[in-house]
Amino acid sequence: MNYFAAVQAGLPGSMELTDILFLAISAVLVNNYIFVQFLGCCSFFGVSKKTDTAVGMGMAVIFVMALASIVSWAVQYFILTPLGLDYMQTIAFILVIATLVQFVEMFMKKAMPSLYQALGIFLPLITTNCAVLGAAISNIDNGYSFIGSVVFGVFAGVGYTVAIVLFASVRERMEVSSKCPKCFEGFPIALVAAALLAMSFMGFSGLQIW
Amino acid sequence: MKFSEQLKNGVLVDNPVFMQTIGLCPTLATSTSLSNAIGMGVAATVVLIASNVVISILRKFIPDKVRIAAFITIIAGFVTIIDLALQAYIPSLASSLGLFLPLIVVNCIILGRAEAYASKNKVIPSALDGLCMGLGFAFALVAMGFLREILGAGTFLDGLTGLLPFLEGVIPATGFHIPGLHDYPATMMILPAGGFLMMGFIFAAIQHFMSKKEDK
Repeated sequence: MNYFAAVQAGLPGSMELTDILFLAISAVLVNNYIFVQFLGCCSFFGVSKKTDTAVGMGMAVIFVMALASIVSWAVQYFILTPLGLDYMQTIAFILVIATLVQFVEMFMKKAMPSLYQALGIFLPLITTNCAVLGAAISNIDNGYSFIGSVVFGVFAGVGYTVAIVLFASVRERMEVSSKCPKCFEGFPIALVAAALLAMSFMGFSGLQIW
Repeated sequence: MKFSEQLKNGVLVDNPVFMQTIGLCPTLATSTSLSNAIGMGVAATVVLIASNVVISILRKFIPDKVRIAAFITIIAGFVTIIDLALQAYIPSLASSLGLFLPLIVVNCIILGRAEAYASKNKVIPSALDGLCMGLGFAFALVAMGFLREILGAGTFLDGLTGLLPFLEGVIPATGFHIPGLHDYPATMMILPAGGFLMMGFIFAAIQHFMSKKEDK
């Protein structure tokens, strides 16, 4: 079988508009990356002390996740699947994401210095953010079409942003007005607050009506 | 450094999860039952030892500028091996760990040890460091998995026979049932919210213990 026939055979089926709409809602609320799937928790606890930095991190994640979804989808269906190299997925994707982040950083430094000022410090952190690699892999595992993958990448990032911004505002509030047992001060009470947020996100699981 | 000291550092004093607060995602996500926690702990430990050994062997050949990329490639290679091996030999574990099996590659503990220890030390100490830190990670997973499984499902060692087939007959396939809790489990504890809650309480207990120790 020649290369083009192999590419044709390996492509996933197209998706209905309603499927894509549902995918977007579910990525933000029902299957929220932080509170339901536990992806990206390291940066979630690391950069959620202030709302401004949380917003910056969220924007950087949306941006990189969208790009990573596009590039990893192309790598999977134009290189790995037709050549029968599916088992190289983990290695290929992590390298693609690492290079991508590096390129984005260099490009933004030259072309968009103001955006670089805002997002720059968060970009290197994103390479080892499991949410980005997780989105790239689950796009392929679930057989999303190209549009579906991009939509999923963007909206999973939006879900991450919603979670981290909500959590950062809770944490800011706790800094000034919390009265909690001494042993809970700092990180433990933040985890308990995250548990309460996760509980409220459990309510969205009823949205799965399709 | 002596091995006993290294072990104490990895499991208690410098425990990657409880003391350094890294590697939280897999700890929260795969500690829904004790057998999942054991499986994840062993898989990550194997990757950590193997990558530490290879990185330590190659430490003089890897140029400083591209070292992170080189480390990630080496780690990703071992993760792929473990992923494929588990899918072939223990498919039940592979499917319950799911996405988190390939995601060992972005586990901060592994890259952290490569950068902080294996790239500066000889092969054998690096292997031992991988073992100790891996055991520390596994210890955190097991502690979380044990408490969450008992409270959230009312069972103990559910599904371990899928992991270790030779235990069939010794342990029932659905594990030991805890009287009372098995009929009325606090299902919350095995859901995501319970993971955050349990970890919060464990961290609070550690903080309490540490402040007591300082007072003395």
